[in-house]
Amino acid sequence: MRYTEDHEWARLEGGVVTIGISAYAVEQLGDVVYVELPEIGKKVTAHGEMALVESAKAASDVFAPIAGEIVEVNAALAADPELVNKSPEADGWFVKLKPADPAALDALMDKAAYDAFVQGLG
Amino acid sequence: MRYLPLTNDDRAEMLKRIGAKSIDDLFIDIPKSARLTELVDLPLAQGELQVERHMRALAEKNAPAGRNASFLGAGAYRHHVPASVDHLIQRSEFLTAYTPYQPEFAQGGLQALFEFQTQVAMLLDMEVANASMYDGSTALAEAALMAARVTKRKKLVFSGGLHPHYLETARTFCEPHGLELVVLPAAIDGEAEVTKHLDDAAAVIVQSPNVFGAVTDLKPIADSAHAKGALLIAAFTEAVSFGLIEPPGAMGADIVAGEGQSFGNALTYGGPYVGFFACREKFVRQMPGRLAGETVDADGKRGFVLTLSTREQHIRREKATSNICTNSGLCALAVTIHLTLLGAAGLKQLAQLNHETACKLADALGAVKGVEILTRRFFNEFAIRTPRNAADLVETLAGQGVLAGVPYARLAPAAKMDAKAENILLVCATETNTDEDIARYARTLKAALS
Amino acid sequence: MNTETTTSGSRGLLQAEPLLFDAGSPARTGVDLPKPKGESRLGGLERKAPLNLPGLSEPETLRHYVRLSQKNYAIDLGLFPLGSCTMKHNPRLNERMARLEGFADLHPLQPTSTTQGALEVIRQVGHWLLTLTGMHTAALTPKAGAHGEFCGMLAIRAALAARGELDQRKRVLTPTSAHGTNPATAAAAGFHVEEVAGTSRGRVDLSDFRSKLGADVAGVMITNPNTCGLFEPDIKAIADLIHEAGGYFYCDGANFNAILGKTRPGDLGVDAMHINLHKTFSTPHGGGGPGAGPVVFSEALAPFAPAPFLAIDRDGALALQEETEAGTVGRLCAFHGQMGMFVRALAYMLSHGSDGLRQVAEDAVLNANYLLARLREHYHAPFGDGPCMHEALLDDSTLKARGIETIDVAKMLLDEGYHPMTTYFPLVVHGAMLIEPTETESRAEVDRFADTLIAIAERAKGNDTAAFKAAPQLTPVRRLDETRAARNPRLRWREAQRPE
Repeated sequence: MRYTEDHEWARLEGGVVTIGISAYAVEQLGDVVYVELPEIGKKVTAHGEMALVESAKAASDVFAPIAGEIVEVNAALAADPELVNKSPEADGWFVKLKPADPAALDALMDKAAYDAFVQGLG
Repeated sequence: MRYLPLTNDDRAEMLKRIGAKSIDDLFIDIPKSARLTELVDLPLAQGELQVERHMRALAEKNAPAGRNASFLGAGAYRHHVPASVDHLIQRSEFLTAYTPYQPEFAQGGLQALFEFQTQVAMLLDMEVANASMYDGSTALAEAALMAARVTKRKKLVFSGGLHPHYLETARTFCEPHGLELVVLPAAIDGEAEVTKHLDDAAAVIVQSPNVFGAVTDLKPIADSAHAKGALLIAAFTEAVSFGLIEPPGAMGADIVAGEGQSFGNALTYGGPYVGFFACREKFVRQMPGRLAGETVDADGKRGFVLTLSTREQHIRREKATSNICTNSGLCALAVTIHLTLLGAAGLKQLAQLNHETACKLADALGAVKGVEILTRRFFNEFAIRTPRNAADLVETLAGQGVLAGVPYARLAPAAKMDAKAENILLVCATETNTDEDIARYARTLKAALS
Repeated sequence: MNTETTTSGSRGLLQAEPLLFDAGSPARTGVDLPKPKGESRLGGLERKAPLNLPGLSEPETLRHYVRLSQKNYAIDLGLFPLGSCTMKHNPRLNERMARLEGFADLHPLQPTSTTQGALEVIRQVGHWLLTLTGMHTAALTPKAGAHGEFCGMLAIRAALAARGELDQRKRVLTPTSAHGTNPATAAAAGFHVEEVAGTSRGRVDLSDFRSKLGADVAGVMITNPNTCGLFEPDIKAIADLIHEAGGYFYCDGANFNAILGKTRPGDLGVDAMHINLHKTFSTPHGGGGPGAGPVVFSEALAPFAPAPFLAIDRDGALALQEETEAGTVGRLCAFHGQMGMFVRALAYMLSHGSDGLRQVAEDAVLNANYLLARLREHYHAPFGDGPCMHEALLDDSTLKARGIETIDVAKMLLDEGYHPMTTYFPLVVHGAMLIEPTETESRAEVDRFADTLIAIAERAKGNDTAAFKAAPQLTPVRRLDETRAARNPRLRWREAQRPE
């Protein structure tokens, strides 16, 4: 599992990267009420806007951790956005992406580095 | 000063508590060179009686519609407003409340908004409506922007029957976004012309009844638009019409935007009015403006809140669906009270009376030599053409206590190029017009044309 | 206390009231109209869709809305300290004047020969606004503050286009403390927004501002007095810098009430500013509008003002120039703006006069500073090292140790019978509480409110956090589930909801 400073996580499995937002980010956001996901086939750039997540009183853009093409989105979030709260780093995933360069993931933080980063945010 | 409770003693003691020597100590951040040392050059304070005298003198310099036989429509309508409407909206708890940001202290206003949204949706036969916009013209402009967001297309096609002020307002709102506006030439009964420009269109924008009063079947237009992936935006200016004519939602409109002043709100020289805005539920997250929604409280009791506010400027800032930060709260309340008094039965009757009065007027004017009735199917307003310049004619008849209508060329000055357009007059009749008003109009018109 | 139930659902004077749709019926009506003949010349376009609008008789209508009204807080009921919203007394004379037949029953498209008095009102309101602001031209058509901002930013756009620089100047600078309408308006006018940092004293950081200037900057949008309730002391330097960089200065005039008669934006280098008539000039807020947002322009932007505007015809009579001219803002709405609000605002201006308006600013600022002086020892005042303008800014940092936040203080105030202050705004202060008492509160009222807030702060020190989280207890409904409202939006009543 890799993390970004914008609080996305990314996990590479079988050449496809699953992406969501971190438990910390979800805690900051509160109860998720709505998630807007990209169209399948959309090409995203690293740090480019990819999705949107909303609570009743806040909205937050979700950025692509690395460049690639969207190959699947988590359709369950449309009916049940609460999944993001219940299981932020597993069932509450947002998209699956075919990376342009899987090695780009290596530049992101690992779990320990991310935890330290979050700690530093106070 | 009757509105200021602090006494000089209060002021002195308060300054002492603050630790300031004089009031000017509290304004020290203002650059010295820009501080005013003298009073600005305006009159000094006056008592109620003096102010009332000044204001009444100004009011007397106007000739209000009700002291004339008035036949003006074209976006603003003179209807009878029941006495209880104005009484209720002047209650302190409605008049002097703020936007319901603390829902526990604003359930009255929020429930009224929820009821308003439902009434508007029912009237227009649409799925959802918002808590209102500034007026019909800005509602329509926002509808055009919303259609571009929903379809991710840039072309907007405007019918030649759209109120020219609505078109101009939409132009102002759309210009910064690089949208392509296709504006069709003015036409009395040509709403369907928009279907000739559907390629890549985000939306076609039609009005029924249109500015010439013409009522159009929007169903075929909606079908053609949808076949090409475009939305149908239906505008209106006379909300009472939907008590009698088929509403836009029943004919396939995707977004409906128009003026609600006809219910509960006085003419007041053009504002404040109240924009209605309704759309399909699936587009609601692209909608501009406030929305009241139903929920429950900590004890499970029904209550209302402002909701889906992540669309709005205070949360989404530059990515908001609109910069609008208010609705037309008190005007919307007047609408909802008037609609409550009417109910379906009363509204149908009111709409029918308007139509019949307008038919009577058309018969009376059509019998005057030289007058041509241009609108075939209308609700309560229609266009006529006479041999005289419409603006001159209006001026002549105003001198005889008849407000004869709105010269089309006043709304669309560019139309002045066409001599025939200069002679077009938009006339309207409502339940407030008597048989005597109509006879007087026909009589003075006949004299003016002979 | 909330567990006590009654058979009727009412609780003493607080009457339970169902939804209109459960109470009314489509056959009932509260109006008596002549019986129509039933004639139609609509040729098949008659309404076929169902029309189920419920009606009520007049007495039922009165009760429905009077009962609803009793579930609303209002200025006439008590102090309404919403910072940045200016909830001051609404004189009733102004209501009476707006209802004079000569104003209320005037059609916007009557020939101007029959509306000279109305045009004179527009002229006089414009004159008062220009004299008070020291600006060049007034545009009265914008229908609310945000609409006025839009008007001002479009004028900047038009001016840049006239200079041939619109394509290169796309950036608009706004401070991080800006109200959300500022960035939303800049975007609506086709600009990109870039934020300017604030200083630790709640002002624009001049060096950050300077570093962001360039040939691609269209202008700056600054609220002054700002959203922290402070006057920007570097305002003239900001104006000079933006002008030197070739941009324009849009001032958000939401807080103009604090400086009436004390300084003029025209002397500070402002190019465009809207004025919220519903704040500074006390037209009623009406539970969320209608507002009115006239804009005043500097000489540089005056040529780009929107249509329609006032003109004088050959006979010396007032006329309306209704035609939009290419290269200007164009038309912002169907008619000539919020005439009903102009009448109220003019009555307010005449009542106060130049002396009273200056007193308005002084008393508003005095009340706010007095409140700040009393509260400073009990709450943290992030920028409390100097005087504030018309509103006092506090935060919840001293309460946090007990897990109590701004929202809990706000909900506690509800039980004490006060509408809370503005909460969580400006965004630059965590847990902000922005308090604007206004000039129409007496010292006794301000003291009573301060005593209540102090008592709440004291209570927050005790082991009483649960009581804060459970507040409010005494309101018609308790804390509402906003998450549920947003997850499954129910935006209207539907037939299926009718109870069995």
